[in-house]
Amino acid sequence: MNETHHLRRMTIIWIVLSVAADLLFWFLVGPHVPPGRMTDMATSNQFDFNVLFVIAIPVLIGVWIYLAYAIAVWSAKRGGPEPVGGEAARTNRTAQVAWITITSVVVIFLAGFGTVELVVNHGSGGGEGPNPVWSPSGAIKAETAALAGTGTWSPNSNQVLPVQVIAQQWKFTYRYPTFGGFETSQLVLPVNTTIAFNVTSLDVIHSFWAYQLSVKADANPQINDVAYTTTDQIGRFTVRCSELCGIWHGSMYNYGSVVTQQKFMQWAQSTEAANAANTKFLPPFAWTYVPDANGAAGGYYPDGSATPYSTAEIYGSKQPAS
Amino acid sequence: MSIRGRLAIVVVPFLVVVGLIVWSVATFLTPGTPGGVMNFTNTQAAGQPVNLTVQSVGAIGFGPHPTWVSYLVKDPHTHQWVQDTTWKLPADTVVHMTVLQYDTGSPLRNQQWGQVVGTLTGTASLNGHPYSVYDSNTGNGVGHTFAVPALGLSVPMIGVNANAQVCGSGPCHTSSPHNTITFSFKTPGPGSYSWQCFVPCGLGYLYGNGGPMSTQNYMGGFLEVVR
Repeated sequence: MNETHHLRRMTIIWIVLSVAADLLFWFLVGPHVPPGRMTDMATSNQFDFNVLFVIAIPVLIGVWIYLAYAIAVWSAKRGGPEPVGGEAARTNRTAQVAWITITSVVVIFLAGFGTVELVVNHGSGGGEGPNPVWSPSGAIKAETAALAGTGTWSPNSNQVLPVQVIAQQWKFTYRYPTFGGFETSQLVLPVNTTIAFNVTSLDVIHSFWAYQLSVKADANPQINDVAYTTTDQIGRFTVRCSELCGIWHGSMYNYGSVVTQQKFMQWAQSTEAANAANTKFLPPFAWTYVPDANGAAGGYYPDGSATPYSTAEIYGSKQPAS
Repeated sequence: MSIRGRLAIVVVPFLVVVGLIVWSVATFLTPGTPGGVMNFTNTQAAGQPVNLTVQSVGAIGFGPHPTWVSYLVKDPHTHQWVQDTTWKLPADTVVHMTVLQYDTGSPLRNQQWGQVVGTLTGTASLNGHPYSVYDSNTGNGVGHTFAVPALGLSVPMIGVNANAQVCGSGPCHTSSPHNTITFSFKTPGPGSYSWQCFVPCGLGYLYGNGGPMSTQNYMGGFLEVVR
């Protein structure tokens, strides 16, 4: 059999197996690929992962087919001459052009695909820093109002809900600026709502990773890292720190929940009332806070110079010491 | 050079580096783990509340790091103060906890820890007076917290007056200035639940969270809850 026949046979096997494997993957495995479909970002990222899998599977199958075919057809027979290879491939213009073309097309397509997904999905759930390049409609207005203390949110209002994530060794706490700026250890979100996470840290570098929400943003001291997502499904999700931050890093996790808008409203209002005694002792809501420079304890202070989308950071004025 | 010689050049330094790493990690972890597990499962009849008494001291006064801040627990059998932060507790049982706070306080880095949450009554008692929130920017501030994140439990330990004759090293006696903080919580089902202080009280370490805050048996430990 000449080389053309070998190539044609392998190509046919490869196409048949690849199409079958891709279809099986897309319809049977794809809907279960992490991070699920709890938010629009999760759905989008699941789609991205599935596209990557569908492209990668034929590559994997191609390698396996070539390997298996070579072992079955071209292996040295007992007592026969040693097979000679290499030269044909080295001078085979068709193989060279095909290899370069196919790999280039795949890489360039994925670069373009990834960029489009990043732009269309407003950062794709990743932290965009203090000056988000891609913001969903209404986000900047809601964020600006939150900082000014004039932000509101109510069921069916279709408003963006700003939520501040404060990381510290070794726990996350959350502030809700549209509900009096109360702070809590619970992360509760309304369904069918765009959330603007504003992530910061009071000490070292952490990372806020809300797995099922497909949100992941670095939590850096004196930086407001903004990430967006829109909740689509009611349910429970896991929050983990994904930046090694010290000995209790492994314990830095909690569980949040997405509930109906009415339930969220009830929870937010009742928590605001229950925490009112402590909220009045909290510093005014700000995007970043400057911990005491002494390090060992000390209050945290709003960074007065930081606007919602400004990188300017200076030390704020200290509160009175005890 | 022979293959054996080349192998030696690669393998020996590799083993030395690995050994150094293992030694460094072991040295870092072991100074703070002299104790075992303090057992509170046989101190009372089944189903009855457990009494757990601890003290928080500004300097432990003994061991490899005598100047480190620490919690000490009272052995329910010998009534001695012991440096042990892993406590075995019965599941689904009320724990009456008493903290003798001998350390001074300061404003909290995050006033959220000034709130009492997760106790049976939603409050704690400071020298007999109930409180649910403490403004750490006033008075003597907050010295430490006792928090079990998985249980949603967090109680601030109000500091003593820094101008008083503060206990210099543990174990401290009740003749020294102290605050008595009491609260109750219920243990969940069996499991291992980490507890820790959330006040960055590791003086001299990065953001106050190194040293005693990062070493087992000082400012954090585990509740080993068993059936």
